[in-house]
Amino acid sequence: MSKIVRDHGFDQDNLKEEDFITLETLRKGVENPVRLDLNNDENPDELQPFFCWVELIRISFPDFNDGRGFSMAKRLRQLGYQGVLRGQGYLIADQYRMARLSGFDEIEIDDLLAARQPEWLWQNQALKKKLSYQDRLLKTG
Amino acid sequence: MYNYNEFDHSFVRARVEEFRDQVERRLSGALTEEEFKPLRLKNGLYLQLHAYMLRVAIPYGTLNCKQMRQLAIIAEKWDKGYGHFTTRQNIQFNWPKLKDVPDILDALADVSMHAIQTSGNCIRNVTADHFAGAARDEIEDARMTAELLRQWSTDHPEFQYLPRKFKIAVTGSPNDRAVTRAHDIGLRTIRDAEGRKGYEVLIGGGLGRTPMIGKVVREFLPKEDLLPYVEAILRVYNLSGRRDNKYKARIKILVHETGIEELKAQIEKEFVSRKSEFPGVNPDLLQTIERDFSPPEYDRLSVDDYVSRIAHDPEFREWVKNNVARHKVPEYGIVTVSLKPVGGTPGDATAYQMRVMANLGEKYAHDELRVSHEQNIVLPHVPKAHIPQIYDELTKAGLATPNLGLLSDIIACPGMDYCALATARSIPIAQDIAKRFDHLQLEQEIGPLKIKISGCINACGHHHVGHIGILGLDKAGVENYQITLGGNATEDAHIGTRVGPGFSSEELIPALERLLKSYLKLRKSPNETFYNCYNRLGMDPFKEALYPHLKTKHKERTGH
Ligand code: HEM
Ligand code: SF4
Repeated sequence: MSKIVRDHGFDQDNLKEEDFITLETLRKGVENPVRLDLNNDENPDELQPFFCWVELIRISFPDFNDGRGFSMAKRLRQLGYQGVLRGQGYLIADQYRMARLSGFDEIEIDDLLAARQPEWLWQNQALKKKLSYQDRLLKTG
Repeated sequence: MYNYNEFDHSFVRARVEEFRDQVERRLSGALTEEEFKPLRLKNGLYLQLHAYMLRVAIPYGTLNCKQMRQLAIIAEKWDKGYGHFTTRQNIQFNWPKLKDVPDILDALADVSMHAIQTSGNCIRNVTADHFAGAARDEIEDARMTAELLRQWSTDHPEFQYLPRKFKIAVTGSPNDRAVTRAHDIGLRTIRDAEGRKGYEVLIGGGLGRTPMIGKVVREFLPKEDLLPYVEAILRVYNLSGRRDNKYKARIKILVHETGIEELKAQIEKEFVSRKSEFPGVNPDLLQTIERDFSPPEYDRLSVDDYVSRIAHDPEFREWVKNNVARHKVPEYGIVTVSLKPVGGTPGDATAYQMRVMANLGEKYAHDELRVSHEQNIVLPHVPKAHIPQIYDELTKAGLATPNLGLLSDIIACPGMDYCALATARSIPIAQDIAKRFDHLQLEQEIGPLKIKISGCINACGHHHVGHIGILGLDKAGVENYQITLGGNATEDAHIGTRVGPGFSSEELIPALERLLKSYLKLRKSPNETFYNCYNRLGMDPFKEALYPHLKTKHKERTGH
């Protein structure tokens, strides 16, 4: 079982594994909006032609030390992807803010991690989103 | 100098609180040791041989006198009364206790300082020319670029878990004093044909076990494109840098394995895409930075006393010759305080010495100090009229060693004395070299010379780019020192060449003595430096000096 971390706290995950398809299946063509599993060694650029068919992309984090997922999310947003972006796997609460600022909407963690790193820790991180040098640097409006 | 605004203050305080909380969660078990490690590293906390080590950021090596005094207080209160200035313009405390670290960070925050991103696999403290803003040859104060990069890279959400650490250095002068070519990204301020300022961008430099000189990835980058371009480099690296092997994870390996042309194409593609949505940097912020780095109000005092002291006092003259550099204002000088007394630990300063330097800076030098990557302290703006007093006070504090740029101005890593990875000692070697040549009274005669020593192949002591590089290894339980010659850390950066088999610690000093005495015989004139002489003559005569038995063989062969 897994939990979905969002800014307000934990939600139960309503999706099942069979709700996701791989990049390979997507390449063959699909008829309905789909949810896609993306490994963190796959090239996000390939997805651009399919954006209108994808409502959720789930990027794997096999290890919390492996930060490729953050750049994949950023690049997908930069390419114009507007659907849901979910990070899945081993991310710790201290990384939630980074994930949100890189373009993720939510994080999927397993129950074991959720027990060790409880909801309030993630909620705290969500509150800190505004304290960001990068936003301040840019010209606004 | 850059002044913290409200945001900087609240950010740094929030980081201290966050770290306090992380330490508690580590102690309670909510964080595993593995999870805690990158968090503590991002806050400058290393685990060393005997204790924790805290590395405090001194952005682009600039600090004011109040900050220097606070470092003295920290050294006394939480350490053993001294600190160690590093080759990346930071300061390290070697003996703090884990439980005290949040309090130390608080004390730093009191004076607008921190330890953020001085370690870990993230973008490290950006370094810059230690003469920035004062050097006569400069196109622009490199610290304006470095400050912009500091703000941009601090807590950058995308780049906190890179394949490996990432180091950026900036120079605003054609004479590179920031070793830009041995950094992951090196930025050199230049002008294009129309006179516009921009950067030459280098990537993939680095020392360590696979030393490489950075390659040009962009000949001219307009200033306004800096952030989107650097972001493009980092994104390509974050996505494609190797993560399977720690020793192959730096961007230099990616450059090497992918090829600079292919990588350049990937970076340019990413850059075009990033730039199209990049709104530009907030002009108010740029203005603030520019204002903060505008030059001090110079006092045009008479230089008569200074000139007459030079004429009458040979010791003062010698110190001025070596330790005072030309300032862009003729009535000023750039004074470098040597932290390399003969027999001392290169880069160490006691709390008392820190206070002496802080007082001098405040009294005579526009309240500004710099840390150089060569582990000395610089007073960048000193009216020549005050230099005699400064010299006298430095002399009293044991800080007037006239050896800048000479043999005993050695860079040495902590080595076996502090470092868990060391295969040999390096500080005691530096001390032995300095003592031996002091005894021989040859240092001044030998003239400009850069000796750099590392205690293992990780090359923290930059031995690859020393005119004479010394690498301490372990050969079956015995220390063994390899010598490389001809390295160069400037704009003509070059990796030195290994001469031959290593020396034991007892053989090393006599070998160096033979090497340098033969240089004195070989040089065309006293103006030909060791480095130039080596480049003119090549390796052979120096190799013969190091290995006299080879010389005999060589003679037999050639009949000379
Ligand atoms: C005592 C604890 C220290 C440890 C455990 C340590 C460890 C390391 C390691 C493992 C590397 C190689 C990194 C790589 O392969 O990319 C390295 C590189 C380096 N370290 Fe240290 N170090 C220590 C202290 C220092 C100090 C005190 C300085 C400055 C005086 C320093 C400056 C550097 C520099 C400049 C490099 C070269 C990085 C490059 O390849 O560009 N280190 N260090
Ligand atoms: S070069 Fe080696 S011995 Fe020296 S500080 Fe670095 S890791 Fe330690």
